[in-house]
Amino acid sequence: MGSDFNRRDLIKRATAAGLVAAPAATFLTSCASGDDGDGEKVEQGKKTDKNPLAVNESAGLEVVIFDGGFGDKYAKDAEVLYKQAYPKAKVSHSATTKIQTKLQPRFNGGTPPDLIDNSGAEQMDMGTLVGKDQLMDLTPMLDAPSIDDPTKKVRDTLRPGVVEMGQFTGKEVWILYYAYTVYGVWYSQTLLDKHGWEYPKTWDEMLTLCADAKKKGIAGWTYAGKHPYYLPFSMYPMMAKVGGREVLDAIDNLEPNAWHHPAVKAVIEAYYELAAKGYILKGTPGLDHIQSQTKWTEGKAIFIPNGSWVENEAKKTTPKDFQMAVSAPSGLDSSDKMPFGTIWASGGEPFIVPKRAKNPMGGMELLRIMLGEASSRNFVQQVSSLTSMNGGTEGVTLPPGLQSSNDALAAAGENIVNPRLQDWYVALQKEKIGIAALGEMMAGRMKPDECIKKIQKFADDTAKDDSVKKYKHT
Amino acid sequence: MQHGKYRFIVGFLALPLAIYAVFVISPFVQAIYYSFTDWTGLSSDYSWVGLENYDRLLDDEIFWKALRNNLLLLLVLPLVTLGLGLFFAFMLNVGGKRRRGAVIAGVRGSGFYKVVYFFPQVLSIAIVAVLFRYAYEPTEGGALNGFLRAIGLDSVQPLWLGDPDLALWCVMAVMVWCNVGFYVVLFSAGMSSIPRDFYEAALLDGANRFTTFFRITLPLLWDTVQTGWIYMGIIALDSFAVVQIMTIGPGGPDYSTEVLSFYLYTKSFRDGQAGQATALGVALLIVTLIFAGIVMRLGRRERLEF
Repeated sequence: MGSDFNRRDLIKRATAAGLVAAPAATFLTSCASGDDGDGEKVEQGKKTDKNPLAVNESAGLEVVIFDGGFGDKYAKDAEVLYKQAYPKAKVSHSATTKIQTKLQPRFNGGTPPDLIDNSGAEQMDMGTLVGKDQLMDLTPMLDAPSIDDPTKKVRDTLRPGVVEMGQFTGKEVWILYYAYTVYGVWYSQTLLDKHGWEYPKTWDEMLTLCADAKKKGIAGWTYAGKHPYYLPFSMYPMMAKVGGREVLDAIDNLEPNAWHHPAVKAVIEAYYELAAKGYILKGTPGLDHIQSQTKWTEGKAIFIPNGSWVENEAKKTTPKDFQMAVSAPSGLDSSDKMPFGTIWASGGEPFIVPKRAKNPMGGMELLRIMLGEASSRNFVQQVSSLTSMNGGTEGVTLPPGLQSSNDALAAAGENIVNPRLQDWYVALQKEKIGIAALGEMMAGRMKPDECIKKIQKFADDTAKDDSVKKYKHT
Repeated sequence: MQHGKYRFIVGFLALPLAIYAVFVISPFVQAIYYSFTDWTGLSSDYSWVGLENYDRLLDDEIFWKALRNNLLLLLVLPLVTLGLGLFFAFMLNVGGKRRRGAVIAGVRGSGFYKVVYFFPQVLSIAIVAVLFRYAYEPTEGGALNGFLRAIGLDSVQPLWLGDPDLALWCVMAVMVWCNVGFYVVLFSAGMSSIPRDFYEAALLDGANRFTTFFRITLPLLWDTVQTGWIYMGIIALDSFAVVQIMTIGPGGPDYSTEVLSFYLYTKSFRDGQAGQATALGVALLIVTLIFAGIVMRLGRRERLEF
C-alpha cells in the first residue's frame, strides 16, 4: 500500500474528532423536536349521570406521578376507584422523580400521557407548556358534578384560590393543584412549652426569645441553607402583614422599585438581624433541606421556615412528643397593615392533562375522582397534607402538624396570601432572589441594603428579558 | 491496485462513519441550528430568531461567571491532577530506596498503594459526590469540620460549599480525588515501559531522583501526559455531575460553582429555553475547540524512539 496514509496522522485526527465530540452537550439534541405525530385520540364514551365527562369506558389511561414527599400511593388508590367505575379500562401507572427527563421527549414527540403530576425539582415549565398550547383546559371537569354530591360542581368544592392558581392570562384553567400547602414558621410546641416560651407575635418578642434561647445553647432559627428560597415562606407573608397585600402584588408584577417598599426593607432588615446577632444555627448556610430539618427535629434550633410537607418529609427523625406546629409569621409591631395570622397558603402538586394525550377525558375523570371525599381523606391520612378539596378532614385524627396547619388556616380566615413568584418566575425566585441574594445575606456576607438593590436589579432584568413570559395579578 | 485500496478502506470505514455521522455529527449540526431558534424544548413549534440567543449570552452575567469558572477548572484541574499523578507514580515506581538486585524500585508497599489509589475510580461519580456532600457539611455531623474540631481547631469551621470563595475549590478537590488514581495507574504503566538501563546510566552518572524525574521519566512519558491532559481538560469542561449533586442551589452560592454544562441544563430543562441552551452548548463547543487547538500545538514535540 502507498504511504499516503500515516497511522500517526490518523490517530491524531481521530483524537481531534473525539475531543470535539465528548464534552459538548449532545444530550440536548438527542431529544430534538421530531415530527408532531399527532397521537390519535380515543373515541368519546357515552355521557351519563355517572359519567358526566363522557369517558370512553374501555380506553386505556396512562398516569405519571411525581414520586416525592407525598409518594404515589394516593394516586394508585384513586386509580383503583377509577377501575371500579370503568372495569374495562386498563390503567398504567408510573412514578418518577425525573418528570422532565421522562416526559419532555414525549411532549416533543406528541405522545404525552393522560394525566401528569408535574412537580418536583424537575418540573416542566408551566408557562411554556401553556404558551405552546400543550395543555387541556380543565373547565369541563370543574363544571362537572362532584363525585359525592351531584348537585354541586367540582369547582364549588375547592378551597379558596385553587382555581385562580390554575389560570394564566385567560379564563381557562390549565392546572389543578391537588395538595394544599401551608407555608410559615414551623416549630415544636413541646420545646416552647419546656422553656416557657410563647410563639412571638412581634419581632421584638422574637428577638427576645432568640436571645434567651442563645443563652440556653439553642439556636433561634435554621433554614435550608443550600436552598435559601425556603426563607420567603415566612418572609413574604410577613411583608404582606407589614405593608398589605399590594406589596406582594407589586413584587409579583415585577414593578419597578417594588423591593424598595418600606415594608419589604423592614422585613429584610429584621431577618438580617437574626443573622447578625448570631441567632441562626451555626453552619446553616451549608445545610440542605433534609439536613436543616434534621437539626431542627433534634431540637438544635427552634424555628424553621417551611411548608406543610415537612411533617411527612421529616417523619423519620421527628421524636414522638415533638408536637410539630406552624404559625403565621410574627409581625413588626402594632402598626402592621394586616392582623397577626396572615399566612401563605396555596396549591401544590400541579396536575395537568396534556392536549395531545390519547385519553384526556380519562385523565380529567381521574382528577374528579381524586377530588372526591374518599380520595381526599385517603390523601390526608396517608401523607398528612390537606388537599385542594375543602374538607376530607372531618372525623379523621390529624397528625399534630397538619392539625396545626388546619387551625392556622381557620385563624387566618380571609387573610391568606398567595405570592406567585415561585411559579411564575422560577429562575428569579430560586437562584437569584433565593440563593444569590437572601442566601448571601443570611450567611452574613451581604448587608440588607445591598441585598435589596441586588434583588431589585434581578427583578428589573427579568422584567426586561423578553425571552421570559410575563404574568400579572388581575 | 489503487482502486482496490480505496474500496478496501471504504469497506471498513463505511459503517462506523455512518454511525458516527448519525449519532455525533448530526446532533452537532442540529444543535447549531437550534441555537438560532426560540425552541422551548417542550413543543415542536419554534421560529427562527437569528443571533438573538447569542446576543443575550453576551449580556448575561451568569454566562460569564460560568465561563470563568470553567476556565479556572481547565487551568487548575489538569495541572493538579496530573502533577499529583506523576508524583505518586514516580514514587511508586522509581522513588524508593535502592535495593539489592534492582536498579530502581518504588517506595515500600507500592503494590498496595497502587490498588488503593485506584479505589475512587471504581466508585460512581454520583456516589462520590453524595459522600463528599456529607463530608463538607458544616455543622457537627460533617467529617471535615469534625476533624478540625478533633485536632483542636474549634475556631476554624469553614462553611465549605456554603462559602462562595471556597465552594469551587471544594468541587475541584473532589474531582482531583476521584481522578488522580487513574493517572497513577496510567503513568505507572508508562513508566514501566521505560528501559531500566536509562536509569542505571543516569544513576552511574550521579543523578539524583529529582534529575532522573525531569531528565528521563517526564520526557519519555510525554505522550501519556499529553493524553492525560486532554482527558482532564474534557472532565474540567464538563464537571456537570459534581456541581449538580454537591453544590448549593445547585450552582451556588452566588453562582460561584456555576459551570457552562450545568447552566445549559437549567436553561433547557428548568426554564424551557432550549434554543438559548443550545447557544450555550455552541459556546462550550467553541471553548473546547480552542482548548484542543492549544493542546495540539503545545504538545507537538519530537517523539523519542526507544
